[in-house]
Amino acid sequence: MALTLDEVRHIAFLARLELEEEELERYAQQLSAVLEYASRLNEVDTTQIAPTASVLPLQAPLRPDIVRPCPPRELMLSNAPEEERGMFRVPPVLEKS
Amino acid sequence: MPGLTDISLLDAAAALRKGEVSSRDLTEACLSRIDTLDPRLHAFLTLTPDLALEQADAADSALASWRKSGSADLPLTHGIPLAIKDVLCVQGVQTTCGSKILEGFLPPYTATSVSRLIDAGSVILGKTNTDEFAMGSSTENSAYGPTHNPWDLERVPGGSSGGSAAAVAAGLCYAALGTDTGGSVRQPASFCGVTGLKTSYGRVSRYGLIAYGSSLDTVGALARSASDLIPLFETMAGYDELDSTSVRDPLPALVLNGSDLHGLHIGVPREYFIDGMQPEVEAAVRTAIAMIESMGASVEEVSLPHTDLALPVYYLIAPAEASANLARYDGVRFGPRVTGDDLWDQYLQTRGSLFGPEVKRRIMLGTYALSAGYYDAYYGQAQKVRTLIKADFDQAFQSVDLLACPVAPTTAFRIGEHGDDPLSMYLEDVFTLPANLAGVPGISFPVGFDTRGLPIGMQLNAPHLGEALLLKSAHSYQQETTWHMQRPVLA
Repeated sequence: MALTLDEVRHIAFLARLELEEEELERYAQQLSAVLEYASRLNEVDTTQIAPTASVLPLQAPLRPDIVRPCPPRELMLSNAPEEERGMFRVPPVLEKS
Repeated sequence: MPGLTDISLLDAAAALRKGEVSSRDLTEACLSRIDTLDPRLHAFLTLTPDLALEQADAADSALASWRKSGSADLPLTHGIPLAIKDVLCVQGVQTTCGSKILEGFLPPYTATSVSRLIDAGSVILGKTNTDEFAMGSSTENSAYGPTHNPWDLERVPGGSSGGSAAAVAAGLCYAALGTDTGGSVRQPASFCGVTGLKTSYGRVSRYGLIAYGSSLDTVGALARSASDLIPLFETMAGYDELDSTSVRDPLPALVLNGSDLHGLHIGVPREYFIDGMQPEVEAAVRTAIAMIESMGASVEEVSLPHTDLALPVYYLIAPAEASANLARYDGVRFGPRVTGDDLWDQYLQTRGSLFGPEVKRRIMLGTYALSAGYYDAYYGQAQKVRTLIKADFDQAFQSVDLLACPVAPTTAFRIGEHGDDPLSMYLEDVFTLPANLAGVPGISFPVGFDTRGLPIGMQLNAPHLGEALLLKSAHSYQQETTWHMQRPVLA
């Protein structure tokens, strides 16, 4: 299972990672080696086996619906690289009309 | 007269009660030893001496009133200086996960595991080094440089809780918190000659633990003996409404019963003794198992037939969960930002330049395993094989109480030894991954040294929520042996 450079470029795009050409080449080789190793899983017959997503019995517990104070806005914004008027500030995402 | 940092956590707790020492004495002794030794070890990423001394003074005031009234029980962790792995949030104290992408992050809240210890009077000395986002087996993946093993400064302390293991081994603290997603408490405990407890999945709240693999992550602790771990475990464990996967089962009373192991059935899984493991490791572990048998336990060989599949299963499931968990680091709400041409470019630049190589590798691997067209073949198949690995443990625990096996195939390796070969590094985790996939607890404790003088650890695993039996059994072994009392020479 050898990944091509284009496949690695596509994975980096999905993962939102800007990678140098040299990194793409290295990851192509290293990820291929890991996937090759992992391919032994396909030799296991799992047609009758249910997947395990969690070792605990599946549950979706509900908590009591009680109004509680939430952390102050300034505290939650205190780690933001940029903030403005009590909000997280990001570069524009829409073209100026 | 041994120095203050040489005594055990329980002896320190006893001395505090008698008024022979103060929490400030213990804290200052640790801080002074950190000043002397940590420039060579690099166990800590952040030190909090002001916070520590403030907590120590508060603990001393509480001790004074306790002595006067003699009323309520005082927790054994009261006044004890601890170190915290830098993946657990402490409000207002820099928490980096060993990553540049969280440099300068000051959490707005404290992890439940830590806040329970603070509420029980513990003193926080600082945050310990870790592989970036706990992804690694050597602490070499920290963006802030590796930690050095106190037994040989040119070797790794193991990982990812390598800073915590080195700090405990070097006597910089009485105990430390670690986390274990694939062996990250047990393997560094083994490499540094200390005792480390990986708790059952769900036993200790993950609230405030910065997520790596959410179905595998557990909070544990490292100390110089099993008995020193007990008060930490009992303080941290238990249901937390802030973690919906924390279990409601009560903690069983933990009564230590000396060195008698009659009635205990130990299984030795034959798949854990593989070609290529260091012969001294196998010899020391087999000798320790014989010792446990001589103390009254019955020992039988068992089989966990899917053991060799744990590594490929883990290295698909953990990266898949990581790729989702680490999507939140986008330079918007916390951490530094690398400015790009637009928001899209900002995501790419921030993540591409501030994540380290191993984290990017695992995000890529996980993204691929979850991507359209490959999900069933990789992630889906890995989850099904995980069921078989868990069933192996269920089956074994039908006939035995505990499993005994090595922690790692080798003792501590040299810094840089695995170079840029991720697969060879992943193979270091081969004996620790299965417990995480099955959700069962494990304990790692010293059982000997190799010819280079490096510690060798052994692992016991118990059924889900069986921590009490692990701690009792390791304590019994430590009643009859002195491996855990050996200390590295750090003049």
